[in-house]
Amino acid sequence: MPWRFDAFEAYKFCAAVPSVHRRTIASVPRYFHTLVASRTTHLGTLTPLRLVTSAHRCPIASVPRCFNTLSASSLLNITFMNTSGSEEEFCNERTSLMTTESPPLSSYHVETGISSLEDTQTKARCPITNESNNREARHEGVSVERDSTADSEDEEMSLKYGAKHVIMLFVPVTLCMIVVIATIKSVSFYTEKGGQLIYTPFTEDTTSVGQRLLNSVLNTLIMISVIVVMTIFLVVLYKYRCYKFIHGWLILSSLMLLFWFSFMYLGEVFKTYNVAMDYPTLALVIWNFGAVGMVCIHWKGPLQLQQAYLIMISALMALVFIKYLPEWSAWVILGAISVYDLIAVLCPKGPLRMLVETAQERNEPIFPALIYSSAMIWMVGMTEHSAVQQPSHQETNSDEEVGQSHHDNTEDNRNMVVPETEVHGAQSRTTSAVELEEERGIKLGLGDFIFYSVLVGKASATASGDWNTTLACFVAILIGLCLTLLLLAIFKKALPALPISITFGLVFYFSTDNLVRPFMDNLAAHQFYI
Amino acid sequence: MTASVFFGCTFIAFGPAISLFLFTIARDPLRVIFLIAGAFFWLVSLLLSSLVWFIAVQISNKENASVQKGLLIFGVVLSVLLQETFRFGYYKLLKRANEGLMALSQEDAMPISIRQLAYVSGLGFGFMSGAFSVVNILADSLGPGTVGIHGDSQHYFVSSAFMTMAIILLHMFWGVVFFDACEKKRWWAVVIVVLSHLLVSCLSFLNPQYEGSLIPAYVVMCVMGMWAFSSAGGSLRNLKLCLTCRDKDFLLANHRPR
Repeated sequence: MPWRFDAFEAYKFCAAVPSVHRRTIASVPRYFHTLVASRTTHLGTLTPLRLVTSAHRCPIASVPRCFNTLSASSLLNITFMNTSGSEEEFCNERTSLMTTESPPLSSYHVETGISSLEDTQTKARCPITNESNNREARHEGVSVERDSTADSEDEEMSLKYGAKHVIMLFVPVTLCMIVVIATIKSVSFYTEKGGQLIYTPFTEDTTSVGQRLLNSVLNTLIMISVIVVMTIFLVVLYKYRCYKFIHGWLILSSLMLLFWFSFMYLGEVFKTYNVAMDYPTLALVIWNFGAVGMVCIHWKGPLQLQQAYLIMISALMALVFIKYLPEWSAWVILGAISVYDLIAVLCPKGPLRMLVETAQERNEPIFPALIYSSAMIWMVGMTEHSAVQQPSHQETNSDEEVGQSHHDNTEDNRNMVVPETEVHGAQSRTTSAVELEEERGIKLGLGDFIFYSVLVGKASATASGDWNTTLACFVAILIGLCLTLLLLAIFKKALPALPISITFGLVFYFSTDNLVRPFMDNLAAHQFYI
Repeated sequence: MTASVFFGCTFIAFGPAISLFLFTIARDPLRVIFLIAGAFFWLVSLLLSSLVWFIAVQISNKENASVQKGLLIFGVVLSVLLQETFRFGYYKLLKRANEGLMALSQEDAMPISIRQLAYVSGLGFGFMSGAFSVVNILADSLGPGTVGIHGDSQHYFVSSAFMTMAIILLHMFWGVVFFDACEKKRWWAVVIVVLSHLLVSCLSFLNPQYEGSLIPAYVVMCVMGMWAFSSAGGSLRNLKLCLTCRDKDFLLANHRPR
């Protein structure tokens, strides 16, 4: 199975900079953007280059948020009422290995126009270091013309690619939600009241509705202020380059999540199904699960295994939130965090925006916070000027992508890569020729996964309308995600991903639970069909 | 009320729809997106009709059972009309989006044809409609209970499943016919689609006399199916060629040897 490592190795060998990729990758984060049409850029950039630079525009919004909650919780987890420390999603700075591979389609951010990024790149001619980033940046700065004549062709392809990327996000989000819903419906532990997080100290067991509302608002204020403080803390840490601190933090958090939370989860599942399990076996299972998870997430591993782990830890995190957030507080927090996301990303002085800008100035990938990344095929094409064919190293996500050759979209002045070149090592994969439209990955911050799953999980846990409400929230969230990506394509600037989905989700939750449910129940009672 | 009832009813209700999805839609991301968007539109139409019904119920006399039943019938009719309105709205939206894209891309070929959109959106409507009708019932069928203990019909689950299957397929056929009629500006066809939807829904008022509701619903489904098939370009000749695997165009397009 091709590992990401190979991609990195291949990258090192690909000295030439195929223009192909530039366009490809360049357009990846903005696949909808016709502006991006760099189909005819003559000098190429190495794919990873682009990917990395694109990586700069990675989902910033999710980074700090997840980091905040992470940091806050890890600092305070000992004081939790129930020993389960709320391990928030943790940000992990993957190496350039990771970032080189897939361009982040940040559902949050896509920096404004490729032109702005280009300028940054051209200006920032960093000396070559061992950092692939810098090397890339140098190559990157070489050329940057966009040929707008290719826009039209791009448009249709962009739509297809756009669609593919949307689906690449739909699938993991759906999987995460399914895991959460399945757990909520079967394991009763996560719907029992078991105390509250330290961030939501006010109880909701009050006598009056007004008091309850007030308590939930106060809880929300506390939670959001913790998040804001942590975001600012993160930005400060990042500004002063305290990378080791951040790394350590992340590793600690993922340790807790992978070992402790999954142990709890497994325990509850066994209790639910009355499975007898001895401690040695359990220890072995948990140890293997956790160790492989740590390796996959923080180091190298097969892509799909890594994706699976990320989905699992997002689901675990979401389950913890669902259990420990009181009902009304959860809804208000969801709403507030969407507003916060909106503000933090769109306001000029927002912490997230500052983080992005700092990272761009330094030409580094912003913490690939625990970011879910999908497909990673990238191809090395040939440059205009060099007749050398570089071997391409692919990691195919599916054969389908490999097989896609849009011959009708070929560039005239572009040389196609011939597949079947093998790269050093056994793990090469051949790819079919072609172009540009290859699989580029998409990155989505885990914070998104978590909050979407919290919404759907809460809907399935607390709604009396049961499955209808869950279904409605699920569809609403997916449509919100789709719309967010569409808006991203239209406005071509950084947009937060949470607000639209969460708004739709909340609207549909409350309306389905209160309006649709009685209607459908009545219809079902009489067996009327609409 | 066991797993067998659950699985049986699930597969009856969703079998055709899921296989349609898996074989024709799952591979193409654009179609999946439009399917989910279609489901969303249906959901919004249901929301609006529930809102109106809810308000009507709140201001009415809650004790009176016949008034409530009348309001429910009104709700059903309103819901059907709203669904068809939203189908039309979805059609308009897709047309506009397609036109916009075509204008931008200056290409002749659209990434997805209006016929595919009709099929996909119809199926989206069907999925959501079927899911909302039957999922709660299926969930209940897993648990313990006795069907019809108070004298209601024993065939509640099975009949619900069959009705749901009919509705899902009907939505798909309605989608195809509707979009085709809108494309060709044949408004009488649109009216017939709306009327047939109303017919099927109103037939369900006859439940639990399933002979009165299920059989005509299936008849309507077959008729609509044939109409949809012919409006999508099918004909007896095509069908024969396809079934005997001699359809060159299809085989060529799918790179399959004869």
